[in-house]
Amino acid sequence: MTVTHTRADFQTDQEVRWCPGCGDYTILASVQNFLASLNRPREQFVFVSGIGCSSRFPYYMNTYGIHSIHGRAPAVATGIALTRPDLSVWVITGDGDALSIGGNHLIHAMRRNVNLKILLFNNQIYGLTKGQYSPTSEPGKRTKSSPHGSIDHPFNPISLALGAEATFVARTLDMDREHTTEILQAAYEHEGTAFIEIYQNCNVFNDKAFIQLTGKEERVHNRINLEAGKPITFGPNGEKAVVLEGGEAKIVDTAAVDPGRILVHDPTRSDPTVAFALSRLSHGPYGPTPLGIFRKVRRPTYESLLDHQVATAIAKQGPGDLATLIRSHGTWTVDANGHAVEAGANGAPKAGSNGAG
Amino acid sequence: MVIRFAGDSGDGMQVAGARFTAASATFGNDLATLPSFPAEIRAPAGTLPGVSSFQVQIADFDILTAGDAPDCLVAMNPAALKKNLPDLKPGGTVIVNTEAFDERNLAKAGYETNPLEDGSLQSYRLIQVPMESLTKEAVKDTGVSGRDVLRSKNFFALGLLAWLFNRPTEPTIEWCEQKFKNKPEVAAANIAAFKAGYNFGITTDATRVTFEVKPATLPPGTYTNVTGNIALAWGLIAAAQAADLPLFYGTYPITPASDILHELSRHRNFGVKTFQAEDEIAAIGSTIGAAFAGNLAVTGSSGPGIALKSEAISLAFMTELPLVVVNVQRAGPSTGMPTKPEQSDLLFSLYGRHGESPVPVLAIASPSDAFDAAIEAARIALKYMTPVILLSDNHIANGSEPWRLPDVDELPDISVPFATVPNSEKGFLPYLRDFETFSRPWAIPGTPGLEHRIGGLEKEANTGNVSYDPDNHQLMTDSRAWKVATIANDIPPVEVDQAGDEPGDLLILGWGSTFGAIKAAVRRARNAGHAVDHAHLRYLNPFPANLGEVLRRYERILIPELNSGHLLRLVRAEFLIPAIGLNKIAGEPFRIAEIEARIDEILGEPAQVAARR
Repeated sequence: MTVTHTRADFQTDQEVRWCPGCGDYTILASVQNFLASLNRPREQFVFVSGIGCSSRFPYYMNTYGIHSIHGRAPAVATGIALTRPDLSVWVITGDGDALSIGGNHLIHAMRRNVNLKILLFNNQIYGLTKGQYSPTSEPGKRTKSSPHGSIDHPFNPISLALGAEATFVARTLDMDREHTTEILQAAYEHEGTAFIEIYQNCNVFNDKAFIQLTGKEERVHNRINLEAGKPITFGPNGEKAVVLEGGEAKIVDTAAVDPGRILVHDPTRSDPTVAFALSRLSHGPYGPTPLGIFRKVRRPTYESLLDHQVATAIAKQGPGDLATLIRSHGTWTVDANGHAVEAGANGAPKAGSNGAG
Repeated sequence: MVIRFAGDSGDGMQVAGARFTAASATFGNDLATLPSFPAEIRAPAGTLPGVSSFQVQIADFDILTAGDAPDCLVAMNPAALKKNLPDLKPGGTVIVNTEAFDERNLAKAGYETNPLEDGSLQSYRLIQVPMESLTKEAVKDTGVSGRDVLRSKNFFALGLLAWLFNRPTEPTIEWCEQKFKNKPEVAAANIAAFKAGYNFGITTDATRVTFEVKPATLPPGTYTNVTGNIALAWGLIAAAQAADLPLFYGTYPITPASDILHELSRHRNFGVKTFQAEDEIAAIGSTIGAAFAGNLAVTGSSGPGIALKSEAISLAFMTELPLVVVNVQRAGPSTGMPTKPEQSDLLFSLYGRHGESPVPVLAIASPSDAFDAAIEAARIALKYMTPVILLSDNHIANGSEPWRLPDVDELPDISVPFATVPNSEKGFLPYLRDFETFSRPWAIPGTPGLEHRIGGLEKEANTGNVSYDPDNHQLMTDSRAWKVATIANDIPPVEVDQAGDEPGDLLILGWGSTFGAIKAAVRRARNAGHAVDHAHLRYLNPFPANLGEVLRRYERILIPELNSGHLLRLVRAEFLIPAIGLNKIAGEPFRIAEIEARIDEILGEPAQVAARR
């Protein structure tokens, strides 16, 4: 069924309550516009979030939604996706929610390849709790909870996702709505977990964290746009290039290398090694940083495998019959005189399986 | 007749016990079993902690527990003898594997002298069998070799018992052929050892006396023998059919609940979706998602796992989604004794959550009762849109009993219609309550026009929008509590098994797996002349509506529990009644005699009571 939607169809009557100037507004608009462009009935979308500023997102989406528990959104979304493959299930999370308290659920959703679209709003700070350092904050960062500077080594979310066997890994920027929409489209079309790190500015507690990628002066020097099938070059006139050297990705002067040595981006490589090398070009948005799709490979989704098992079992054994099931351990019959009159061959169940066998 | 198989945890005592049980069931005996095995999968061989045992009571009348003191003990080594002999009835039969009684094993078990030689077993009927060499000899032509040879000695012991207790041999032989059909040499060895044991019984003078246990008198019907975990799994499948919903079971492996997952995961052809999550929190998280999406959603665990799920149970309570949370209780706190039963999670089930979050709590009384209890828990969850905690314990989970099979065509209809159209002029109000049940509508994703958001933040009445309004929070807190409290009107009143026409001198109030022991103790006390009544609670929250009235009929109320007095506290607090407790926290079920003794203590010796009348 197709329908015609505008952004307004995906807006709720609830007042949006992020701080004025927050990057979340831009992302919300990008997502609403993107969903409207799909012409898909809005009741088929479910947005699931954890806790944090970004996790208020479902309240502003006129779809089905759950605002769940800190860190647990991928788990809740997994239960929806596994039982309802007909739905489009989205997870909205942040750097604290997904990478700190919810790290376990994030990696396991990705390795299983559950059909979830995970949008990680990375602002490198705890906003809702008013400004503590997060698992992506830079070392030395001074915050309310790290007045002497953070001594936590940060995660590189892209490296983490690749290490967790994710089949779709991408990075984009809140301010760049065109790029965000492109990535959303690719993620939506991907069958399986799509992990998108979105650099999102917190103008209250961590303003200008991404200035190297958003500033008018800076961005042209630091944005490395990953485009499938194209050699990776960047800079105002493409004067910088990425090459592989000893297994590592390195930035070189384009003029200084044989053009054949410049790495041609291919997110469909089945081995994640090159994608991982690209993710290590920057450990945060502090200099030249790749944006775009790092990896996009095909692997059966968890729910398709589960549905296949169900279908196969029904094909082989026939639909389950309860009366047969409860007789499957053998039976005997007691007559009106209280005597056992018929005995099956196998009257008792197995012993508890966690004992000696 | 109570028989206990005891040996090293690698000796296959659980298998031998289960096979003996199976043969007895087909023979028509009533039976109850009590497996006991160490938490360590393989504790050091020959040591006391490594002893694994399996007890079965077979009888020709309906029995309620696996029995107290064994009449017959099979001890595969000195440690098994040392650990289990104190339980044996005076004059009971001891069957020992003599070849395990060497110096090394005696030392490991802490024996200074050999009990087979020092006369300490004189008051028992001792049957000495060189089980290892006989087993070796029996299996020598079957093709097994090395360590596998002696693995069949449990079947030798089983054969001997089969002869002693006149059990049919065919079920065990058929089982071996079936179970080891891919390892024909193992099947052949086990059968050879089994027959050798049986024949040893026939031909040796030492075991000339045989016991005879007549078939039990049970109500007419078709029976199977079932453990609590299996009955629970089947009950969940039945509940899903009765609710006309797909079943989703999200869980994380934990003793002693894992067998529910094992059983459910076998039945994909029922459309059952099992999900082994990455942890306990993800297990219930996925279940909440599945509930929102329109499934009969169930999670199961044991105490430590339930603790991890606590925050999510509150979310399910707040979002008012239907969920069944199974807690197969084990001895705690912390890791405690994972393979031992206890009822110490009752107060935790009622109160172990943040905020005001009362949830219905039900308890299973016996292995076969798990089937009906699962359906009832699902009924309440769906009808009232609430998480429900269903309490089992290790005694129920791994114990077994004959179960008279229900007619599956007569399962109750527990289906609840999904919302399909807006329920007000203003559109869909996800928290507009049903006038009768106080329940909110269940609108699942994919339903056009009913898009809505739920979550952990406090909800405005009716609209479900986020609200910080003080009056609204009071209203919603009261509404949620009221919804759960009114379930009391939708459950059966508590029934009293009354000795006479009038209330007796003592009411014993129980819940959960103590059912069998209490029932048996009450029966014995009545036979001895006491007027003792018994009531057993399936519903711990809310209590049945008539409970207070029932309790007030009695001057004396005894509440036996495998905890420090949880129900006792609840009853005292709720009804201001000075009930007294019988409490045991030893990681094992009550013995009938313990309850009986407490009855005598309260009421006096039966003769004195009669004299007073």
